[in-house]
Amino acid sequence: MGKVIIDGAIVDNQWQRLEGDALEAELPGGKIIVPLAYWQAHRDALLTRGDVAVWLAPGEEPKDLEDDLAALPLVAIHFPAFKDGRGYSYARELRTRYNFKGEVRATGDVLRDQLFYMTRCGFNAFEVREDRSIEEALEGLKDFSVTYQGDVNEPRPLYRRG
Amino acid sequence: MYVYQEYDQRLLEERVAQYRDQTRRFLANELSEDEFLALRLQNGLYIQRYAPMLRISVPYGLLASRQLRRLAHIVRTYDKGFCHVSTRQNIQLNWPSVEEVPDILAELADVQMHAIQTSGNCIRNITTDEFAGVNPKEIEDPRPWCEIIRQWSTFNPEFAYLPRKFKIAVNAVPDADPALIGVHDIGVQLVHGADGETGFQVWAGGGLGRTPMTGAVIGEFVPWQDLLAYLESILRVYNKYGNRDNKYKARIKILVKALGAEKYRELVEQEFAELKGGEMTLTAEEVARIKGCFTAPDYQSADTAALDAKLAEDKAFSRWFHTNTRAHKQAGYRAVTLTLKRTGRVPGDISDEQLEAVADLADQYSFGELRNSHQQNMVLSDVAANDLYDLWKALDALGFATPNLGLLTDIVACPGGDLCALANAKSIPIAESIQRRFDDVDYVHDLGPLDLNISGCMNACGHHHIGHIGILGVDKKGKEFYQVTLGGRGDKLSRVGEKMGPSFESEEITDVVEKIIKLYVEKRLENEPFIDTYERIGMDPFKERIYG
Repeated sequence: MGKVIIDGAIVDNQWQRLEGDALEAELPGGKIIVPLAYWQAHRDALLTRGDVAVWLAPGEEPKDLEDDLAALPLVAIHFPAFKDGRGYSYARELRTRYNFKGEVRATGDVLRDQLFYMTRCGFNAFEVREDRSIEEALEGLKDFSVTYQGDVNEPRPLYRRG
Repeated sequence: MYVYQEYDQRLLEERVAQYRDQTRRFLANELSEDEFLALRLQNGLYIQRYAPMLRISVPYGLLASRQLRRLAHIVRTYDKGFCHVSTRQNIQLNWPSVEEVPDILAELADVQMHAIQTSGNCIRNITTDEFAGVNPKEIEDPRPWCEIIRQWSTFNPEFAYLPRKFKIAVNAVPDADPALIGVHDIGVQLVHGADGETGFQVWAGGGLGRTPMTGAVIGEFVPWQDLLAYLESILRVYNKYGNRDNKYKARIKILVKALGAEKYRELVEQEFAELKGGEMTLTAEEVARIKGCFTAPDYQSADTAALDAKLAEDKAFSRWFHTNTRAHKQAGYRAVTLTLKRTGRVPGDISDEQLEAVADLADQYSFGELRNSHQQNMVLSDVAANDLYDLWKALDALGFATPNLGLLTDIVACPGGDLCALANAKSIPIAESIQRRFDDVDYVHDLGPLDLNISGCMNACGHHHIGHIGILGVDKKGKEFYQVTLGGRGDKLSRVGEKMGPSFESEEITDVVEKIIKLYVEKRLENEPFIDTYERIGMDPFKERIYG
C-alpha cells in the first residue's frame, strides 16, 4: 500500500482508485474509488457495499454528484495532466457550493509545485505521482505564508482579516 | 504608487525562494522539461531563439526611479546592457541565463518588483492608460482598481492553470480606449452610476492573436464593491468550460463566441449570485487604503511664462511640445512621452545608461516616477511647464525626443525573428526600413496621426490588428512574407483591421507602405487623418493601387 498526504501528514493510503479493466472484473475488497460513470450505473449496489468513493475526471463536475455527496466519505479529483486546472474549480465548488466535509483527494499528475494552490482550493489529500518523493512534495504545502485572496480554508481576503 | 506593506514584501521573498528551488530542481533533473516549462512561464521565462527571455512585471506600467536604476544594474550585470519595453507595459530582458534568473528575481524583490505571472496560462499584468491619474478626460484614476485586481490575481490558487493566457485591462476614459480594453480577455471600464457611485462595465472575450475580435459587454454595471466577485465569476466559468484540447481555440474569446454573450452572462450570473455580498466584497477601507497610494504629487505653481517664450522662439522645441507632450489634469503641467523610436533603434529598446539617465530625469522633473506605454514608449507624467525646455534638451541628448509620437515612424514592433522563437519573420528590420523611407520629419508631421504596427507572427505582440496599417510576418515555404491589414484602430474603440490581400516579400513591404500613404495623401480631405480617410473610402481603392 502506497502513501498519501492527508491533512498535512504522510500516512498509508487506504483507498484504491479503479479505472479501465479493473472495473470489468469483480471489484476488489477494501476501500475503493470508482469513476463517476461506474458510480452512476451501480449506485445502489455500491451504497450497500460501503467503503466506496467516486473520482471525477476533467469535464465531470461536482454537480454530477450533488445528490450523493452526503453518502460519500471521499471525492477524488483526477488530474491526467497537472496543467489541466479544471479540478481547482471543482474542489472549490465541492467545499463552498456543496459544503462537502469529507476528504477531497487529488490523484494523477499531482506534484509538489501545485500542492499549495490545491490545498487552498479545498483539497486535503494528495496522492503524489509515484515517481516523486512524497516527503519532498509535503514541503510544497509551506511555500507561502502570505495570501492575498480568501480561499476555502480562510474565506476572508487579506483586507478583511484585520 | 502602491506602497508595499510587510506582507507584500514577504510574499515576494517567499516567491524568490520558491523559484530558486524550482530552478535548482530543474537543473538537478528532478523536474522534467515539461514540468519546469509551466513553472518558468508563470515566472515570465521563455526559452528563445538564442537565449532565454525574461519578462519583468511592471504593474500598469508604473515605475519608480529607484526601480529604473535597479533595472539598469540588472541589464548591465545579467544581460547585454539593454532591455525592451513590451506592448503590455512590461520590461523584457533578452539574454539572461536560466541559472541566474533567481538572482535577478532577488535583485528585483529588493525594489518591490518581480516576474510573477508575466507569461503562462494565468492572469497576466493588469494594464491601463499610460496617462492614468493625469489624463484630464478620465472620470477617475484607474490605478487603484488595477492594484486591487493585481492583488486578487497574484497567486490566485484557482486560476493558475487556465486553458490559456488571460489579460485584463482597465480604462477610465469615456469614448476612447487608451487601454485597449476592447481587445483584452477582460476589459474593465470605469463608469459612474446614476447616483455618482463608481461602477464598472465589464467586457469579456476580446483578444488579438490568431482569431482577433473585440469583446462583448458581460456586466453592464457592476458596483465597485462587487468588482472582484464579478471577475472571479467570469474566470471560474472560463476555467471550467474553456477549450483545453486545442491551444488555438483556448482563449476566452472563443468560448464567449461559441456560447454567445447572453449565455456566457447567464453562467457568470449563476456564479456571481453565490459570491455577491460574500467575503470577496470590497470594503471602503481597503479601497481608501489603495487610493491613498495614488494621491497627486505636490504640484507647484501654474506659471507658463518661460514655456510660452521658448515656444515662440524655438521651432524644434515647439514641434516636440505639440507632438510629444499632452494636456494634464493640473494646470501648468504636461505629460511628456519619451519616444523610444529613433530610426536605427529597435522600437522600445533602452540601455542601462539610458535607464539611469531617465531615472535622474524622473527625479528631477517628474516626482521620481515613470510609466511604460503600450506603444513601447515611456512617459514622465508630471512635468511643470517651465521645466519642459530643459527636459527637452536632456531628452534630445539621449535620443528620446524624436518628435514622432503617434505618427507613422512611431512604429510598434515586437522583437520578431531576430530574437523570438515563435516568430515567422523579422519585425525590426522592417520597422527600420520604413523609418528610413519616411525620414522627412515635415512630411511625417503632415501625414498626421498614424499607427503602424508590426508583428512577427500571429501571436500579435506588435498589436498589428489594431494598427491603422498593420503588418504581420508570415512564413511561406520557409521564406518571410508580410501580410498587410488596414483600418484597425486602438485609439477610440478598438477595432480589428481588414486584410488587404496576398502577402509581400520583405523587399516589397516598404514600397507597399509608401503606396498606401501616397493614395491616402491623394484622397484625404483637409485635415482628415488616415483612419478617417480609410473609413470613408474603404479598402477597394487601396487594393486597386497595390494589386491593380
